[in-house]
Amino acid sequence: MNGDSVTPITEGLFTVAGGLVRLIGSQCARCGTVAFPRQFSCPKCTSVEVSERLLARRGTLWSWTIQCFPPKSPPYAADDPGAFEPYGVGYVELPGEVRVEARLTEADPGRLRIGMPMELTLVPAPSGAGGRGQGGRPPVASTARGVVTYAFRPMTEEEQSER
Amino acid sequence: MSAEDVGIIGAGIHPFGRHPGVTGLQMAVAAARAALADAGVSWPEIDFAAGGSDAAGNADTSVAMLGLTGVPFVNVRNGCATGGSALTMAHAMLRAGSADLALVVGFDKHPPGAFNPDPEDWGLGRWYGETGLMLTTQFFAMKIQRYMSEHGISSATLAEVAAKAFRNGALNPNAWRRKPLSAEEILASKMVNHPLTQFMFCSPGEGATALVLARGARLRGSARPPVLLRSVALRTRSFGSFEVFSPSIALESGPSPTAVAAAAAFEAAGIGPADVDVAQVQDTESGAEVINLAETGLCQHGEQEKLIASGATEIGGRLPVNTDGGCLANGEPIGASGLRQVHEVVLQLRGEAGARQVPGRPQVAFTHVYGAPGVSACAVLSR
Repeated sequence: MNGDSVTPITEGLFTVAGGLVRLIGSQCARCGTVAFPRQFSCPKCTSVEVSERLLARRGTLWSWTIQCFPPKSPPYAADDPGAFEPYGVGYVELPGEVRVEARLTEADPGRLRIGMPMELTLVPAPSGAGGRGQGGRPPVASTARGVVTYAFRPMTEEEQSER
Repeated sequence: MSAEDVGIIGAGIHPFGRHPGVTGLQMAVAAARAALADAGVSWPEIDFAAGGSDAAGNADTSVAMLGLTGVPFVNVRNGCATGGSALTMAHAMLRAGSADLALVVGFDKHPPGAFNPDPEDWGLGRWYGETGLMLTTQFFAMKIQRYMSEHGISSATLAEVAAKAFRNGALNPNAWRRKPLSAEEILASKMVNHPLTQFMFCSPGEGATALVLARGARLRGSARPPVLLRSVALRTRSFGSFEVFSPSIALESGPSPTAVAAAAAFEAAGIGPADVDVAQVQDTESGAEVINLAETGLCQHGEQEKLIASGATEIGGRLPVNTDGGCLANGEPIGASGLRQVHEVVLQLRGEAGARQVPGRPQVAFTHVYGAPGVSACAVLSR
């Protein structure tokens, strides 16, 4: 997905430049602890000297599961429970930074394993997402509005050999 | 028995399960009356009370039914540690000499299906729920998935934990799920969140539990055999622990609230995990029981695979765990579960647990609850 013309599910979570998505985290100036989403104080040393940091785009799968039943709505934003498809969820370890929770583009348990290389991407948000409290946007399905969220996808063998 | 001792002299429970037409508060009052009757104490004698529910109202509203005695009554709403938190407060009030007889009560009434908390109540953006990440079941699945790869735990062990829970539940007249299920049936049930299947998860439910605590002369002169509350410890999360509803977790690992609370409870009691004769640990799903056995110090990490296969955690085993069927067989009325655990070990230590009684006169018991967003309460009790 080319990211330059999309609408983020919320501001401040990720940024898109030149078609590449980056998660917006933060780093403590005192102890170096990295967190996501951006924090304004350090969860480790309590310092408030915390600044924004764009996180690495690649990492490894630390743990995962498949969400096999439709979550209740709210808070889930799907507006057609009948169309539910199971989806993958995992924590991806960004080396030297933090482990980030994300939806995965892969929902086949046979194709997920702990330690596999993953890369950040954008996916369409569930269709009812991002529609309230954000600048009075009209209640149109988010897919029609191009609303996206972040996800991680397994890297191909070619991509891995490029590293 | 020393002057500082605090003990449990009465225990009451309203059956867990589904009770159409009965409110959570009505269940709480029924449990409170049962605990008072068990203790041989009248409501006006109670000089401190604490309790709560997550979703069924304010505990102190029960005074309208129990009687308007003016008793100081603190409402607690602390997730899965609601009961443990009420117990912590009552213990502290009695130890301080600020009360002689205390009542603690926990209750709840949840609709069917997974919990659907509002992300903003948990300090998270709306996006977290909208994108389908706001589910406790995902956390438990990812925690046990990682744990299995690090410590060699198999899916067969997860199924055995649930099979034991339903076997024990079948022996407990107050349990919700009273039909034994085989490990094969549990493994073959619908996948909920890999690697956890439907029958490896507890369900939100309904129920209530109450306890009467005493000190001094009221403890020494109690009508029922007193059970000493040797310690109780409540902790929130430390940096580096892996908790529910975490958009990120630190690379650096730190102790879980369970590990910290359990260590504090054992230290305060002057009793070690090896001395425990019967234990109740949080079993929101099978994997939680496996992990919590080690995090509480009751076994080593990775030892569970053999321990559970050997039958050590069965009612007749070396370390009986969740003898009343735990959350898996009783369901999870959030406010009630922590005190249900204590209710069960009180019966076990008195020798009154009927068909599920642990043989050999158990002397020492341990209870543990864990809940979102990373809170745990542990207690050590003895005859």
